Amino acid sequence: MQRFSALRLLGHGLTGHKHWRQSWRHPEPKREYDVVIVGGGGHGLATAYYLAREHGMTNIAVVEKGWIGGGNTGRNTTIVRSNYLWDEAAHLYEKSLKLWEGLSHELNFNVMFSQRGVMNLAHSLQDVRDAERRANANVLNGIDSEILTPEQIRQKVPLISISPTARYPVLGATFQPRGGVARHDAITWGYARAADALGVDIIQNCEVTGVLKESGHVVGVETTRGVIRARKVGVVAAGHSSVIAQMAGLRLPIESHPLQAFVSEPCKPALDTVVMSNAVHAYISQSDKGEFVVGAGIDGYNGYSQSGGYNVIEGAVAAIVELFPTLSRIRLMRQWGGIVDVAPDACPIIGLTPLKGLYINCGWGTGGFKSTPGSGWVLAHTIAHNRPHELNLPFTLERFSSGALIDEHGAAGVAH
Amino acid sequence: MSTPNATTSHLQEGLTVNSSRRLNFKFNGRSYQGVVGDTLASALLANGVIVVGRSFKYRRRRGIVSDGAEEPNAIVQLGSGATTVPNIRATQVMLYEGLEATSVNKGYSLDFDLRAIIRLAGRFMPPGFYYKTFMSPKKLWPFYERLIRLSAGLGEIPKSPDPDLYDSINAHCDILVVGGGIAGLSAALTAGLAGARVIITEQQPLWGGALLGRPETVVGLSSKKWIEQVIDRLKGMKEVKLLPNCCLFGAYDHHFYTACETRYPPGITIPEGEVRERVWKIRARQVIHATGAIERPLLYKNNDLPGIMLAGAVSAYINRWDITLSRHAVVFTNNDSGYRAACDLVRSGASVVVVDPRAASETNRYAKWSDQNRVEILNQSWITEARGTLRVRSVIVKRSGEGNQQFEFTCDLLAVSGGWNPVLHLYAYSGGKPLFDEQRGCFVPNAKIEGQQQIGAANGSFSLAACLNEGVEAGIHALFECGYSASVPETTEIESVEEQPILPFWRLAESGGEQFIDLQNDTKVADIELAVAEGYRSIEHIKRYTLLGFGTDQGKMGNIVGMAVAAGLLKQTIPETGTTTFRPPYTPVTFGAIAGRHVGPLFDTVRKTAFHSWHCSHGAEFEDVGQWRRPWYYPREGETMQQAVNRECLTARNQVAMIDASTLGKIDIQGPDAVTFLDRIYTNGWGNLKPGRCRYGLMLGEDGMVMDDGVTTCLGPNHYLMTTTTGGAARVLGWMERWLQTEWPELKVYFTSVTDHWATISVSGPFARKTFEQVCEQVDLSSASFPFLSFREGVVAGVPTRIFRISFSGELGFEINVNANAAQGVWDAIWEAGQEYGITAYGTETMHVLRAEKGFIIVGQDTDGSVTPIDLGMNWIVSKKKDFIGRRSLARADTKREDRKQLVGLLTSDPARVLPEGAQLVANPDEPLPATMIGHVTSSYWSENIGRSIALALVRGGHQKEGQRIYVRNRDGETIAVNISSSVFFDPEGERQNV
Repeated sequence: MQRFSALRLLGHGLTGHKHWRQSWRHPEPKREYDVVIVGGGGHGLATAYYLAREHGMTNIAVVEKGWIGGGNTGRNTTIVRSNYLWDEAAHLYEKSLKLWEGLSHELNFNVMFSQRGVMNLAHSLQDVRDAERRANANVLNGIDSEILTPEQIRQKVPLISISPTARYPVLGATFQPRGGVARHDAITWGYARAADALGVDIIQNCEVTGVLKESGHVVGVETTRGVIRARKVGVVAAGHSSVIAQMAGLRLPIESHPLQAFVSEPCKPALDTVVMSNAVHAYISQSDKGEFVVGAGIDGYNGYSQSGGYNVIEGAVAAIVELFPTLSRIRLMRQWGGIVDVAPDACPIIGLTPLKGLYINCGWGTGGFKSTPGSGWVLAHTIAHNRPHELNLPFTLERFSSGALIDEHGAAGVAH
Repeated sequence: MSTPNATTSHLQEGLTVNSSRRLNFKFNGRSYQGVVGDTLASALLANGVIVVGRSFKYRRRRGIVSDGAEEPNAIVQLGSGATTVPNIRATQVMLYEGLEATSVNKGYSLDFDLRAIIRLAGRFMPPGFYYKTFMSPKKLWPFYERLIRLSAGLGEIPKSPDPDLYDSINAHCDILVVGGGIAGLSAALTAGLAGARVIITEQQPLWGGALLGRPETVVGLSSKKWIEQVIDRLKGMKEVKLLPNCCLFGAYDHHFYTACETRYPPGITIPEGEVRERVWKIRARQVIHATGAIERPLLYKNNDLPGIMLAGAVSAYINRWDITLSRHAVVFTNNDSGYRAACDLVRSGASVVVVDPRAASETNRYAKWSDQNRVEILNQSWITEARGTLRVRSVIVKRSGEGNQQFEFTCDLLAVSGGWNPVLHLYAYSGGKPLFDEQRGCFVPNAKIEGQQQIGAANGSFSLAACLNEGVEAGIHALFECGYSASVPETTEIESVEEQPILPFWRLAESGGEQFIDLQNDTKVADIELAVAEGYRSIEHIKRYTLLGFGTDQGKMGNIVGMAVAAGLLKQTIPETGTTTFRPPYTPVTFGAIAGRHVGPLFDTVRKTAFHSWHCSHGAEFEDVGQWRRPWYYPREGETMQQAVNRECLTARNQVAMIDASTLGKIDIQGPDAVTFLDRIYTNGWGNLKPGRCRYGLMLGEDGMVMDDGVTTCLGPNHYLMTTTTGGAARVLGWMERWLQTEWPELKVYFTSVTDHWATISVSGPFARKTFEQVCEQVDLSSASFPFLSFREGVVAGVPTRIFRISFSGELGFEINVNANAAQGVWDAIWEAGQEYGITAYGTETMHVLRAEKGFIIVGQDTDGSVTPIDLGMNWIVSKKKDFIGRRSLARADTKREDRKQLVGLLTSDPARVLPEGAQLVANPDEPLPATMIGHVTSSYWSENIGRSIALALVRGGHQKEGQRIYVRNRDGETIAVNISSSVFFDPEGERQNV
């Protein structure tokens, strides 16, 4: 892999940037691999990268039906945090956050992870109780977490209206200083480049149309670019996980919903922190380009079309204007949707399946982007060793029959 | 179609401008004058302002290039203070008296920008340079990021809240016509004549679209007259709604469209009560997209110099706004439309050279015109470079053929036409996949979408005749689909003119230098070359890597050119390369307009009970519970919250107290299968509940976890009244309807929310009966005839009421439901009657303390979606005889574990110490982090009645640990020893409520 650095950038600048090498190859699929990862988003590419990097498995293909990073990796609001309530979730997301902190260096690709802090607002007495509970749990789990008073909130984010006469006055907030945002495309490209350098084949425009089984074992996939055999198949297909699982004859406890987000026109920097509010339902940050990036709520109905209803956008915009009255006159510039895969307890499913040779990683719902490195890391471990890592042990498919749910949904006040 | 010398008369008319009314405005601090009918852009051009801003990345000086929504350069901050608006396109704002605008990126001034030095460093800042650097040393990254952020953004957000009002409105129609140009007007007229309900939207304040900039003859009339005539006719039709100044920006499923009407321009102070912008939410049966086309630029060195404009815009500024743009102009065009600009330039007195890469044709209808007007046409020629420092001064032209001749022409204006892109945004939002048409050199609609038609330029039909005819045809088709019979309005024969076909070419391989594709983001040809070389092959990757199309015009001008360049570099066809996804909105929409009236007090309307004003006049502090505002406590003069709550608690246990419980959800349940339904939805059995009796019920989710609770009363045969938690009312009703409608449609049972119909007053305390007796008629209140957990109908203070003997405080209590409209009198009467027993009103805080003393849970506070009834020690309420929602889950291995987190009481060693709610519990206070948490404090209060602090908690295996010592461990490191106790702290036998 051609290393990136400021010095190299200078050198190439002097020669007109004619000699940069391609970031990853565009190979034809081989007939057989040790591992095929279905889904070339951040999670799939990360899985391939850690398989190669941590477990020495390099005969790997990542197959992607469109262009890598074109699914939810490229359709989110790029928030990264680990201040989850339950121990299981907290440890998994914290592993991910720790990986984020070293990722630019590790991948030699600046993923622009910006630890500008994530604030979750509390608007009712119950919100405040939940905030206290979560902040305490985070700290005891070794995760940075603070409680802010309205005045401290105003100092950090002068744009927020903390007026006590607001419809849902801001009573406080939890704050995770190490949280922040990152460049969503960079994580795709960074992992792709690093995985490719370790020998992973990234195969785009290659849609999986069937799952090959032999005597109950999964032995490969049928694709629009031919049959690809594999000793192990990892399905990391987010909103389309159930579709792929169905090809293998497996039914997943997953519902797929549209989730929308939008950005404003770019404005001069005015918001330096990520702000989330569950009660009025909106989350917002300002990108390095100056756009206000806003996440809307999930659409109520199920579907695979990457567009949602206008009413959801209306609700999110009203919430933003309510919280940030001076943003009323800025303008929404671009709106998009992704398909999120939601498990009944709003936590991911990562691990083995009843089918030998088939591994799944799905159910990240609205929390997938932040978990990209950790998700890939644990799935790689699971595939390599044919058993879950301690971190994803609680996130098996069996929990829905055993009842060992990790209910981040029910844990009120925890935005996903 | 215009012939070169067909019209000259309109130039003087200026089509839309009223030059007698002058308007003063300021741009970058300098004063200018324009006239009514000007846009800011036309007024600046009329004043000779050529440089209007600087580019985002390299800070290059830029001028106005277009006259519409595609403008990437002329981006201004309009107005100041609270009414300022950032990032307005000068081409889209009509001039008004006193307008003040500032370029969003101008540096110190447009003449001098320190950051323009960045151009020197530009060669070291190729696309994606930030991915390749700023990584070492790691700790400097925040510093680098601050540097990056320094250059972020265009305009500035206002400093104070928005003073303006916005609206949104729903509308329905048979036929929605998007675009008020010749095609759209023709379609609307056809549809309107048949009597259909028509809405036609136009983003500009004036009707006519591209026709406004073209002095043409339509059906024997001047274009201006034709437009006026059609608009007059449409205005006369009562089923036709004309929406000028209204940009249709989104298309959703089932022909749902969103449009934003600008009623007052940004930056202006608007009259009281008026709305600035209004979003139309339109549901149409048939939709006709007559959205026109956007002209493409061409690529050559320095193609971003001020003074280089799109040819169509040049025509518009000359014809519509009567501006003399140039004395020496060069037109660079690969299609015939550039010649229209050449004609207009000649008429406005300019000398013109036309550079046309196409071979000379014998049928060229401009040949004679060029001879007459001494216009030089250079065929098979290309511009390879524009020269100039502050603006274009000359162009270098290369002619192919013998010797590859090269010429230099001096000029003060370069008009460019690279062909036209139909505006297919709405088609694409609806799921359409545009198809590249090699002949016409543009993307056109492909597969038809049901209920949708694209016509005129939006359909790739660029001639006036085609626009007019397609309008009529689309109107007739839409009418037919809507069930109207249509007649062709009149003959619309227009002489169609043979055009020379376009030569779709994108760039000369040998042109070097900086060739800009996306002017706002400074995306250059070299950037796309680099992206492709680095393996970014998908057009979406190229777009994201080079920021092509990420500006405020969202690639309207440059995207297709960029895709064509990428296709060339990838050695693919344009269809193979494809387009990036079109995303709404078509042009940016104000947040305020989308929010409409849902701001401030109407963001989510506060729900108040019938007694709200009484609470206010009695000094209540309020708490938000769901959408409701409930009294929290009633401090008397000089009382702290704790003192008030202590007083309220003591009075409730020793005398009598009343609380407004109106916010609890109430669902009226009727039907022969009501009991069956209740049996399935609640954990306990309901078969034996007799009329006149009440029972507490618990409902679970499918996962077996507690979801809601409340008392349900049998009012009569097959008639029940369910109460829910305040916050859960809507959720529970939705839950019940879901089960009934999707799983058990065979059950005959009906639900009605009656929460608002009944006000609820709960009176409790040892003197509750004595108080109540004074106001209650017709009911024997004695325990013998009206026992605990029963219901009677009676009259209280002269008003018919429902009376329930239930209690959430553990005291003797009566809860009454009374028609909300008559409720205040009843409340007053009870208040009056209780005076001799020292009655007090209490709020939610006291309610919480009283129920915690009794160990009664609050769903959502003591439970969190992970708690079963068994965890709460409520095994008694879980029926073993029948099935109910959640039952199967309770049998799962993990749900049956003995060491689940269970509800217990906690007592601190120091009775005065009140634990913080939300505190985490540990067995070993000294364990290093991460520590093992065994539970948390769910509720915690000072209990004045018991004389010590009490707390409820969920503790792992807590039911087996009574008496054991554990610790609260706070995030600040403090630990507090606590003993696990029973969760019932007061009157464990429950005798007080039965008296």
